[in-house]
Amino acid sequence: MPHADSPASFLDTPTGFRSWLLTHDHKRIGILYAIAITAFFFVGGAAAVLIRTELATPQGDVLTADGYNEAFTVHGVVMVWFFLIPSIPSVLGNILLPLMLGARDLAFPRLNLASWYLYALGGIFTIACLIAGGADTGWTFYTPFSTLFSNSNVLLVVVGVFIVGFSSILTGLNFIVTIHRMRAPGMHWFRMPLFAWTMYATSLVMILATPVLSMTLVLIGLERVFGVGIFDPALGGDPLLFQHLFWFYSHPAVYIMVLPAMGVVSEIIPCFVRKRIFGYRFMIYSIMAIAIVGFFVWGHHMFVSGQSMYAGIVFSLLSFVVAIPSAIKVFNWTATLYKGSITFEAPMLYALGFVGLFLLGGLTGLFLAATALDVHLTDTYFVVAHFHYIMVGGAVMAYMGGIHFWWPKVTGRLYPEAWARFAAILMFFGFNFTFLPQFVLGFLGMPRRYHSYDPEFGLLNAFSSGGAAVLATAYLLPLGYLSWSLFYGARSPANPWAATGLEWQTSSPPPTHNFLETPRVDGGPYEYSPSQAEAEAEARA
Amino acid sequence: MSRAVSPAEQFDDIEQQSGAATFGMWVFLATEVLFFGVLFAAYAYCRVQDPQGFVLASRHTDLLLGGIESVILLLSAAAAAWATALLRRDENRASAALLWCAAGLGALFMALHLYEYWKDYGEGLVPGLRFTYTGLHAQTVERFYALYYAMTLVHLLHLLIGIVLLAFYAREVRRQRIGAAYASPVMCVALYWDFVDMVWIFLFPMLYLLDRS
Ligand code: HEM
Ligand SMILES: [Cu+2]
Repeated sequence: MPHADSPASFLDTPTGFRSWLLTHDHKRIGILYAIAITAFFFVGGAAAVLIRTELATPQGDVLTADGYNEAFTVHGVVMVWFFLIPSIPSVLGNILLPLMLGARDLAFPRLNLASWYLYALGGIFTIACLIAGGADTGWTFYTPFSTLFSNSNVLLVVVGVFIVGFSSILTGLNFIVTIHRMRAPGMHWFRMPLFAWTMYATSLVMILATPVLSMTLVLIGLERVFGVGIFDPALGGDPLLFQHLFWFYSHPAVYIMVLPAMGVVSEIIPCFVRKRIFGYRFMIYSIMAIAIVGFFVWGHHMFVSGQSMYAGIVFSLLSFVVAIPSAIKVFNWTATLYKGSITFEAPMLYALGFVGLFLLGGLTGLFLAATALDVHLTDTYFVVAHFHYIMVGGAVMAYMGGIHFWWPKVTGRLYPEAWARFAAILMFFGFNFTFLPQFVLGFLGMPRRYHSYDPEFGLLNAFSSGGAAVLATAYLLPLGYLSWSLFYGARSPANPWAATGLEWQTSSPPPTHNFLETPRVDGGPYEYSPSQAEAEAEARA
Repeated sequence: MSRAVSPAEQFDDIEQQSGAATFGMWVFLATEVLFFGVLFAAYAYCRVQDPQGFVLASRHTDLLLGGIESVILLLSAAAAAWATALLRRDENRASAALLWCAAGLGALFMALHLYEYWKDYGEGLVPGLRFTYTGLHAQTVERFYALYYAMTLVHLLHLLIGIVLLAFYAREVRRQRIGAAYASPVMCVALYWDFVDMVWIFLFPMLYLLDRS
């Protein structure tokens, strides 16, 4: 029911199933994405449950060795391409970018819908691969695993990932054009919220890295179908070439996953600290630096592959360089907290969780970037822990934070705060409980990707599996209470957090074209003031 | 004849819409550069590993046909560019004729190239289907041809899309559905077509000319 004084929301009109499946409204497409990626999150999550159940004890008893390979392949493929890469950009970015820029929609609404259908089509191929029996190459599709030694299901999943790649290319293209051409009057580049900047950087990476993966997958397809030797050593090809091409995409791809998370956190923290973000411009420079330098470090995944020593040294140095802008961002978030009037609503808990876990993930990245240490740590659980700290501890926490922060804006309902705080804290502990032991395991030498292991690693693995159960519970909670709030949650005012930013100036949920009148912008994005914070504190007291 | 055109609902005016369309095409071409870039990188990587093998292999490509194809494609690109210039001056008939011309030359290129494939097949130079070469550096020659086919097939696919688009817009222009007031769809197609041409301008020396004596 729309209020008498607010216009009809995008959720209410038009009605009917078709109006959703054929919608051109960026907010509705964002919701379609949210539903689809949530489904895939649980597919990937089911695989994770299998993996951790198998690893709860040293014997390989739950799955066969092959079954285990298939489980971690599905887990990796689904979580990377069907959950994490589209998560923040395609859901939150889709919904928020035009609102934050003061635009009526993205530049190419039909293309936006097409990208959702491409995502769905890619998903169908991937699920078909699962049903046909699964692939066992790992998410990295290393040759010759993916050419000589695997069954033909691998082709299905390769096609699936190929197609979903175009979905992210089109999203990136749409975002870039929108940011360049659709900003409201007065919205200069240096008045854009940091979230919009991270969408810009992420889109650049999407359009420049993803096609490399696509073509590499085409070559794998040709190699499998026609038996020509490009990557396969038995046919005179070179597997190192594959690794170079794959990581040329996949290292930048990790920034597709984490830059948007940084953007979300940069919106949440100033709001719950009631202060401007510290070092706004430096945040922007570091966002862009991460996106650009991130293209030149892929060789750190290949230190033991037999690439030349000099390549190893250069890639190692550049990997240290890429950590600098990340560190700058952590310093700036911390400095924003300093002397702020902090409140700990659920989005803020998630954001703080992000900062801590990202810090640990990033620092262990430096260990791995040191060539000598990496020889010891590569292909162990240390690497697994490193990237899960960033991708799950960091990016998923930020996604959850963003979902909570903008939930009232999109749905017009408030979520139950106590439950949300409980879930955020549980998630933080469950996460550390699961992955902290894996750093130790990896350091002690436990290799990744085996279904059975030495009994001496038993205790820490049991811990890790126990933690995974806690973590799984924490992920199920929001599904429950957020769905509940859709029907029974209290109505939200337009701006429940008293946040700045254009998206809060329109009604919640916004009308189809976002603003009744195109807004004019005459200031920066984080005009929070200490006096406002004091007034609020007095009102509360 | 110039009609007022109203912009799509997300845009304020037709200038903004044209700007977004053309800019979008440039961004798309940036993606394409990286898409083809993989093949160029793979070519360089493999060539460095066995330069002699690559030289030997490229002697089996048909220089004369390749040269004719290059000229045809250049003429076609010129026609497409000229067509957009005419369209902006509202000369729809001439513009449509040139777009047809560009599409036709593109089709001629495709036909000649398919003829080259057929010849290769006869000579046993198609990896995976019929490869009978057993001379020096046979494995590298096969790799060269694997890359040759990957590159030219992806290029032909792009050409095919371009031809369809050119033909479609030739009709639209001829029927006055597109004119000087909003010419960006045709400009975007022409941009795309020029890009596809440029790719060939790199492929031709790499596959036919380099170190050939
Ligand atoms: C702060 C800068 C970072 C540095 C210096 C760094 C360094 C490294 C290094 C050297 C490796 C290779 C380890 C090995 O295979 O032996 C690695 C693996 C990995 N990193 Fe990072 N990393 C950083 C940030 C990130 C971020 C932000 C993400 C994700 C959002 C990420 C995700 C991954 C993944 C997925 C792998 C493992 C890939 C695999 O083998 O399956 N890293 N990292
Ligand atoms: Cu990396």
